Amino acid sequence: MLTPAFINKLRRLLPADSLLIEKEDLVPFESDGLSAYRNTPDVVALPENEAQVAAILTLCHAENVPVVARGAGTGLAAGALPVDGAVLLVLAKLNRIKALDPLARTAVVEPGVRNLAISEAAAAHNLYYAPDPSSQIACSIGGNVAENSGGVHCLKYGLTVHNILKLRAFTIAGELLEIGNESLDSAGYDLLALMTGSEGMLAIVTEVTVKLLPRPERAQVVLAAFDDVAKAGAAVGNIIAAGVIPAGLEMMDKLAIEAAEAFVHAGYPLNCAALLLCEIDGVNEEVSDDIATVRRVLTESGATEIRTAENEAQRLKFWAGRKAAFPAVGRLAPDYYCMDGTIPRSALPHVLTRIAEMSVEYALAVANVFHAGDGNLHPLILFDANVPGELHKAEDFGGRILELCVEVGGTITGEHGVGVEKIKQMCKQFSSPELTRFHDVKAAFDPGKLLNPGKAVPELHRCAEWGAMHVHHGKLAHPELPRF
Amino acid sequence: MLNDLINRIQAAHTAATPLLIRGHGSKAFYSNPCAGETLDTSALSGVIEYQPKELVLTARAGTPLAEIEALLAENKQMLAFEPPHFGGRATLGGCVAAGLSGPRRPYAGAVRDFVLGVRMIDGSGQALRFGGQVIKNVAGYDVSRLMVGSLGTLGLITEASLKVLPKPASERSLQFEMDEAQAIDAMNRWAAQPLPLSASAWHAGLLCVRLSGADSAVAAAQAKLGGELLNDDAAFWKRLRDQSTPFFDKRPLHPELNLWRLAVKPTTGPLQLGDAQWIEWGGAVRWLATDLPAPTLRAAAQGCGGHATLFRGAAPDDGAFTPLSPALLTIHKNLKQRFDPKGIFNRGRLYPDF
Repeated sequence: MLTPAFINKLRRLLPADSLLIEKEDLVPFESDGLSAYRNTPDVVALPENEAQVAAILTLCHAENVPVVARGAGTGLAAGALPVDGAVLLVLAKLNRIKALDPLARTAVVEPGVRNLAISEAAAAHNLYYAPDPSSQIACSIGGNVAENSGGVHCLKYGLTVHNILKLRAFTIAGELLEIGNESLDSAGYDLLALMTGSEGMLAIVTEVTVKLLPRPERAQVVLAAFDDVAKAGAAVGNIIAAGVIPAGLEMMDKLAIEAAEAFVHAGYPLNCAALLLCEIDGVNEEVSDDIATVRRVLTESGATEIRTAENEAQRLKFWAGRKAAFPAVGRLAPDYYCMDGTIPRSALPHVLTRIAEMSVEYALAVANVFHAGDGNLHPLILFDANVPGELHKAEDFGGRILELCVEVGGTITGEHGVGVEKIKQMCKQFSSPELTRFHDVKAAFDPGKLLNPGKAVPELHRCAEWGAMHVHHGKLAHPELPRF
Repeated sequence: MLNDLINRIQAAHTAATPLLIRGHGSKAFYSNPCAGETLDTSALSGVIEYQPKELVLTARAGTPLAEIEALLAENKQMLAFEPPHFGGRATLGGCVAAGLSGPRRPYAGAVRDFVLGVRMIDGSGQALRFGGQVIKNVAGYDVSRLMVGSLGTLGLITEASLKVLPKPASERSLQFEMDEAQAIDAMNRWAAQPLPLSASAWHAGLLCVRLSGADSAVAAAQAKLGGELLNDDAAFWKRLRDQSTPFFDKRPLHPELNLWRLAVKPTTGPLQLGDAQWIEWGGAVRWLATDLPAPTLRAAAQGCGGHATLFRGAAPDDGAFTPLSPALLTIHKNLKQRFDPKGIFNRGRLYPDF
């Protein structure tokens, strides 16, 4: 618990309505987007400017009080889960777009600015901000930096780390860090990369300079149905081998297709095992050429049906089902648990077979949605939290899916982050010396471990307690599998 | 080979012996002078995994870039960041450690944007792996990208995995007679439009841009932009990439003329720092052959949102790279201390302090 004396000091740094201490005001902040993890914060600070952020950090550092940063609270790994005895630092009020330079193609924004708001502001100049996580209508750029967020277009346009130029951030000691600059690189170590995806563990970002891209002249989407998931997976590789980099390349399995169709009536074919959506964007002429190539490759790969969206309305309809896949699956059961592993695409048939087997073993249904272009798999495990033990069963199942991803040469998280949720699986993916180096990185910025303690990187003794063994390279469970 | 390197590094760690990491030495001229026993990585060579359909290539650090690029070309793929070879036998490890990219960088991304994972040996001789061979991966801090541009000061890279891309079906380049201000403006205006640009450079009144993509797209962009076709453009961009024209090293005839690289906000107007200049990267890099003192050049670059690097020539007392702010220097020293506690790797190569 925080002492009244500390709360009083905090109060002096902020306007009255920027400090929440009453239980009913604190409850809305008890979880982020992963509501299975809840903890009511002791206090919520909502600074309105950079000076207040720096003052709060300086005070917390002096008083040895931990700080958990939170943006819009849309994260899916409990990265913003409140910690007992800590200040929950909510950056939502820092929401100004400070500058937009259409000729240099940059925007300078505060961390609380919503992802989509940047593209909306840039639209007048025919520019946009490329990373588009599915929560882009609500999620904030500060959270995107913390998680290195991607989206459906990241095979072609990259993740957050590829689309930012500069950060202003404060260490827990209240010291300003200016990382990156307005040119394309900076002197010294690439701390911009280190900060991106660091889950609020290294420093608190107060300003982000993002890159803006010219909006493509044209975007067109092809939909293809397959009677076999493996064929659909192979088609993805064949499209890329034909020299095409789609702007988006998404796959859904039978359960996800049926759920989406029942929910939004996108007109998807229903008698198929898998559906591919392949979006091509760019210069008008190139889109025409690439669409022809993609259609040819899909036919050769055994697609049972191929449709090309002929206009923008049709394109949006094709996407509507995919974009509504999560809520659609949510209608099939009281709760679902979304996993986020990445695998080499060639391992997809094996991984889907194993997930299906485990689904029988756990007696929990799974719908699979797949960012097929970059190998990022989102199995959605259906369960009912009101049935005693089912949440635990779903978590256990999910953990095994992530371990499977590591075994086939992939990773436990492609875009959602580790947070609290996947911290056990970190022990599977990394060896003790590697985890030690991660703690070293943390210590280089925050030696007192005050920023977001207990998240993202497990303490070594915790790994031992959990009994999780690192999968040693070359001693994997399935040596017959192709890996690369 | 790997075990030999680990043993050697463990021994150096115990004895606190400084080591100088070296592949084929193509970038020996670059950065600050540093002394130590040579740790030769050239035998650590060979492509380990390459599946064109996965767009990922993994190779040992000593593998020559030329070998990697030839293999990719057989499969109509490429390293999209167009790394410089500097006329030598540049290796993958050196490419990642130096973090230098070529003409395609502003349009396709830098080395750091394509590094997916590394295997490395830290300063106490432990073999570590960070990142991996998949395109999306946010487990743990991004140590593989931290290694890019660290000039070997944090550890020995033994293997790297890179994202690769299809080679464009068609490439051609256009030239335009323009003065400096017009060229900077054109580079920025065109980059804000959906055009298939893949390189740009201005020198002595001539702006050159490269277009890459489908035949139809390149032809359409050419019709839109006008200009004249640049003959033998592949050789032109390769000379620029490798700095193989006399401009990039005037010291044989004029020992006082150092080559400086000023990275600036791309819309920065003419710098007024002398006429001997190449502009690259859509305006974001200005190469100067100059005898102006370091403080003048650094102030100019920092005033334009960037930084200045002494690229070829005698480094000033505070080193080839723009000095860091005290707060950032502390973090750099902390990282160095943790990854290489005895300071054995490439001591002083990045900054004189470590």
